[in-house]
Amino acid sequence: MNVTAVLSAPAHTNGNACTPFAFIAADGSVCSEVTLPAEELRAAYRWLLLTRELDTRLLSLQRQGRIGFYAPCTGEEAAQVGSALALQQGDWTLSQYREPGAALVRGMPLVKLLCHMYGNVQDPLQGRQMPSHFGWKEAHFVPASSPVGTQIPIATGVAWASKLKHESAVTLVYFGEGATSTGDFHVSMNLAGVFQLPLVFLCKNNAYAISTAGHQQTAVATMAEKAAAYGFAGVRVDGNDVLAMLSATRAAVELARQGGGPTLIEAVTYRMGPHSTADDPRRYRSEAEVEQARQRDPVERMRRYLAAQGVVTVEQDAELRAAVAHEIEAAIQSAEKVESPPLDSIFHDVYAEMPWHLREQMAELVNDPTYADSEAPNWGGESDDYKFP
Amino acid sequence: MTLNLVQSINATLRHQLRCDERTIILGEDVGVNGGVFRATDGLQQEFGADRVIDTPLTEVGIIGAAIGMAMNGLRPVAEIQFADFIYPAFDLIVSELAKMRYRTGGMYQAPVVIRAPYGGGIKGGLYHSQSPEAYFVHTAGLKVVIPSNPYDAKGLLLAALRDPDPVLFFEPKKVYRTIRGEVPEEDYTIPIGKARVAREGTQVSVFAYGAMLHTSLEAATKVEGRISVEVIDLRSLLPFDIEAIVASVTKTGRAVIVHEAPLTGGFGAELSAQINERCLFKLQAPVVRVCAPDTPFPYTLENVYLPDAERVAKAIERTAAF
Repeated sequence: MNVTAVLSAPAHTNGNACTPFAFIAADGSVCSEVTLPAEELRAAYRWLLLTRELDTRLLSLQRQGRIGFYAPCTGEEAAQVGSALALQQGDWTLSQYREPGAALVRGMPLVKLLCHMYGNVQDPLQGRQMPSHFGWKEAHFVPASSPVGTQIPIATGVAWASKLKHESAVTLVYFGEGATSTGDFHVSMNLAGVFQLPLVFLCKNNAYAISTAGHQQTAVATMAEKAAAYGFAGVRVDGNDVLAMLSATRAAVELARQGGGPTLIEAVTYRMGPHSTADDPRRYRSEAEVEQARQRDPVERMRRYLAAQGVVTVEQDAELRAAVAHEIEAAIQSAEKVESPPLDSIFHDVYAEMPWHLREQMAELVNDPTYADSEAPNWGGESDDYKFP
Repeated sequence: MTLNLVQSINATLRHQLRCDERTIILGEDVGVNGGVFRATDGLQQEFGADRVIDTPLTEVGIIGAAIGMAMNGLRPVAEIQFADFIYPAFDLIVSELAKMRYRTGGMYQAPVVIRAPYGGGIKGGLYHSQSPEAYFVHTAGLKVVIPSNPYDAKGLLLAALRDPDPVLFFEPKKVYRTIRGEVPEEDYTIPIGKARVAREGTQVSVFAYGAMLHTSLEAATKVEGRISVEVIDLRSLLPFDIEAIVASVTKTGRAVIVHEAPLTGGFGAELSAQINERCLFKLQAPVVRVCAPDTPFPYTLENVYLPDAERVAKAIERTAAF
């Protein structure tokens, strides 16, 4: 299948409007020819495994009270890994908070990601945001904030600046289907269309915004078709197919880099876990539905495909999984030893230079003996009555 | 060069566009039209449509894009046509612009200047007259600056344009064309956070900013010969010049605060609290605030609604006689 053709055609002309573009079928069989070298295929698979294992471990660390919060992404690995792999050095990424795999692919060191989850002094954000808001400057991966959608208009500005400076960098912005209901999304789509910004809108349609299902967010059948209103292409991609994601995003990135303007990619996926460690999805969806989604598991799909192609043997698969688990365990061990940020870090980075009133408030707090022996907080362990199965 | 306030803004923007190629102006009607108040008149002709950008009608887009541009190395100046229309972008300003440096651990900064004409006195009614500065003074990470005259407008705007942090630059549109003054052609800045003694006095300190500075000066003239009034032009509300404030009240022992924003929770409340905390034993009278009533801004009766020299003079007299 010619991806450029797919990208240049409005979503509704791509056969059945609701059929996402894919290379690999859910059972791992080939539905369109893949021409990637084996090394790239293995690398992509390793990122999927790493993201899945990390997710499992972080959820468990939160349940053990070792980190305070986590927003899991199990089920969404291919959508983030495939798209992030399409970017090049110098490209910018703005994320929501469910793309740790993308941050790692873009170059954030695993141990730094863990330090962020612990909110310790080695956290690039200095423990100022909840876990899951990671970022890494060297990779131009902008840390997420919690409001849904605010990263999208900011991404237009980042992309716009690249264009005004005549730089070739492309910006990719992640958001969920829930964010397409915000004004921020529509404002940004409009700006990007009017000014032909080098921007890829990557909508991870994971079927739920906390408890609200996709059909409650919009009256149209797909998110991709919204692009038509803004004068550029929207494509619907099987977000659980890492190769389709890579291919479609590469085409969109290339288009943007060549001055062809923005693209909206709808990655159709499914959030298998809770919205966050504070959410109980049993209140709004059935186990049967989740089980059905498991049949479309992006990691398992890639495993079957690579096994069928003879690219990753059973032994190699086991080795990869062990290596990934070991790497994560080592990073957890390192991050857990790091101390909390110092008290005065509360006051730094509000301004480039601390104004008088903050200096005064800082002195008062730092010199208060009550806080002299402040230690890392106890996150409370398994205090939730809900335990993720 | 003698300029009025809006001419000074225009000349300063032109100066900075020439000095720094990273400077970008964006907003509604700022290009071909030169801005509805003509603050950006002629700039697009001189610097092109990539430096002075007419945007679609979206404050969210203007501020959101400005934040991203600033993070990616440009120095955007976002014009919000009237401060009254800044609210759609409130989320972007409070959640992102103000917090970018903090929430990213200093990884990113967003040195955006938001210019917005504010305040009443032009028969603009409810939606072209508001003074929303207190919302932003309450937001850590922002700086809030309000000039009262053409000279300060240039010095403060250049300081804002070169500041590493986001600055809300509110322009008192009532005095855009009525206040004229000498504005040097050379480059100069006025540090953000420094007040100015606009009139020296010994018995009552009056603190004001923007258009109300002129109302306060008029009031001081009214009571001249009877009460010696010191008038302080605050110029910066965040951070504000605590040293100048304390020094003046220490001298006079009496304080009157004037602003056209509504009374409750206004900047005057913070100022009054600071004076009470720091100058209690110097005070000869309670701190008095002269502000607009706690109502939306009325159209027909705006002259009654806005504090005038008469009302300020009465407050000065009351304070002096306490």
